[in-house]
Amino acid sequence: MDLRRKPRVGESIIQGFLFLCGAISVLTTLGIVYILGRESVLFFASEEVNLLKFFGGTEWQPAIGRFGIWPLVTATLMASLIAMTVALPIGLCVAIYLSEYAPDRTRSILKPVLEILAGIPTVVYGYFALTFMTPLLRGILGRDVVEIYNTASAGIVIGILVIPLVSSMSEDALRAVPGTLRQASYGLGATRLETAVRIVLPAALSGVAAAFIVAISRAIGETMIVAIAAGAGPNFTFSPFRAAETMTGHIVRISGGDLSYDSIDYNSIFAIGLLLFLLTLSLNVLSQWIVRRFREEYE
Amino acid sequence: MALNQQETAGQDAGGMMPSGPAYHERVVARQRRGRAWAVIFQAAMLAGIIALCALLLNILNQSFGYIAIVNNIDPAELAVDGVPLDRLPKDNLVEILEANVSAGLMRRYEHDMPFAERSRENVHELILERVVEPQVQATWGLFDSLFVRGSVFAEAEERYPGSDVYFRSWLTTSFISKSQSSEPLRAGVRTAIFGSLWVVAITVLFSFPIGVGAAIYLEEYAHKERVLNRLIQTNINNLAGVPSIIYGMLGLAIFVRILEVFTSGAFLGVGDQSTANGRTIISAGLTLGLLILPLIIINGQEAIRAVPSSLRQAGFGLGATHWQVIWHHVLPSAMPGILTGTILAVSRAIGETAPLVVVGASTFIALDPSGPFSKFTVLPIQIYQWTSRPQDEFRNLAAAAILVLLILLLSLNASAVLLRNHFDRGQASA
Repeated sequence: MDLRRKPRVGESIIQGFLFLCGAISVLTTLGIVYILGRESVLFFASEEVNLLKFFGGTEWQPAIGRFGIWPLVTATLMASLIAMTVALPIGLCVAIYLSEYAPDRTRSILKPVLEILAGIPTVVYGYFALTFMTPLLRGILGRDVVEIYNTASAGIVIGILVIPLVSSMSEDALRAVPGTLRQASYGLGATRLETAVRIVLPAALSGVAAAFIVAISRAIGETMIVAIAAGAGPNFTFSPFRAAETMTGHIVRISGGDLSYDSIDYNSIFAIGLLLFLLTLSLNVLSQWIVRRFREEYE
Repeated sequence: MALNQQETAGQDAGGMMPSGPAYHERVVARQRRGRAWAVIFQAAMLAGIIALCALLLNILNQSFGYIAIVNNIDPAELAVDGVPLDRLPKDNLVEILEANVSAGLMRRYEHDMPFAERSRENVHELILERVVEPQVQATWGLFDSLFVRGSVFAEAEERYPGSDVYFRSWLTTSFISKSQSSEPLRAGVRTAIFGSLWVVAITVLFSFPIGVGAAIYLEEYAHKERVLNRLIQTNINNLAGVPSIIYGMLGLAIFVRILEVFTSGAFLGVGDQSTANGRTIISAGLTLGLLILPLIIINGQEAIRAVPSSLRQAGFGLGATHWQVIWHHVLPSAMPGILTGTILAVSRAIGETAPLVVVGASTFIALDPSGPFSKFTVLPIQIYQWTSRPQDEFRNLAAAAILVLLILLLSLNASAVLLRNHFDRGQASA
């Protein structure tokens, strides 16, 4: 009987097919880069646009050939900034509470609640921003201060949207800190707060920082909330209570209409898309790098 | 401020411990600070829960409530011999319709579908649409309707004299069974639900086999040291963080434009020739497929990794080939985890809006989609469009559609949990 390893054609074919499945993800990335890059090159090759005007202009009016990206960028950053001032403190406090304070029973009830919050589609959050948060803000601050469409309410609701993301990632990081550290801290007479904030949090800092960065990236890429609640039409403003269109909101509005291929409008959304892609990608890569570089290993 | 105090406290501890009453005072202060922050942490948790409650209550509030209606013709006037419109037989209804609309319109209805074949409900519907012509004047939320009924009626009386005020649930069975309409009182989400089901079916057919295949490759075959495999892994992790709208643009450029011949159905000679373009269900499904592929792969990898290696070694020991071990042993025991991950990914796909707007969901479709090459709309798109309308009644419709969407998602998630529990128990007893 020959017990040597036989070449098996079927096995090789299967392995080849499975490799292709894995390769599709790489092809997706290449596709994204190629498509965004190609259309952006076409965009910048047209006469009306150049890089200097794109990154230097404060007016985005495709109808009259003004393609300055800043109004879209400032609106995006403003909404994200507001979102982060809501999400980071609340998310971190929730994470500390769940990981360091909550009894197991409470935790097992509260975690699913946060997961529900994370599972609600963003269009529902957009509806919430427009029909609840905006009237609330207008009621508190006055109808003439706050416009119907504004970045503040969109930003706050994006903040609510990313709370579960921040809290669950941070909580994972906090819980990964070994219990012996906590025991030692208690043994030295530290209170629960001191243990949580001065022992556990610093030990988990890389994970928490990564969570923050992923949250920022998520907020920048968030689309439906701003498309519904932040307003249509680019507006170079620094007031959070005015209507302003973000990068994602602009892409949605332009592509929602009848868009003819090979028009400068069509190409322009890909240029915005490329900027958005590079921005979020670099944030994601940064967060992964932080986790790898600064992770504290306890064995 | 708090930090500063702690800093000095730390220095003191390094230098000289305070003793006596000073020591005691400091302990009390530390504990007080501890309690204060504990309250803050709990408040943060509470804030999250309040946000969730506000969101859900807001939707309920908008889904039910009083509306003020003005009818072109009061249905009571249409009663024949004291029998109200609702209970009239079909013949009377046809007569009423004939008496109130133009002959041309009657001929068109007759041409669309002879009156002899129409059901009583259908004719009744036509009367409501063409003769009674109810117009929504104003709507109120559920909480106003419940708690300040008096002022709702007073306001309606004052601002919309002659209007009919009644309590309306926007979420009804006819809301689910009717297709889209520009009249808010008769609009429904039927086409959107069918659209969502079609799109998700294609998404799953595309991404489940490929996602599981990729997960198997990465966990069972790939040598982790090889650069190519590391590249694939890093790439998948990064893809999971790409904003969904970017996938929409990828879908627009590739599926809608470059592959238009295939996605419009033109290569099969099917699809609507007059409007044939790539903005079809299949383009949307494939786009969402690419979107959830990283999620399925990552979840699948975790599930496969959790299968104990003793199982594999036993298989190899009995002389099974690599694929036999995977197919007969690894996959079956990883399947619950894979399915749970897939269901969660699918519920993400059902809720996605932005990429489908970019791919080109249609703004108004009254006909059910007939296949993968039809134009489409989906529930979230419908919600988005209704939300974008300035009139209140469309907001109410959007809220009702959100309830439908949330119920759909909730049942999907519940099935994922049940599935996981079922298989967990099965494995425990095995």
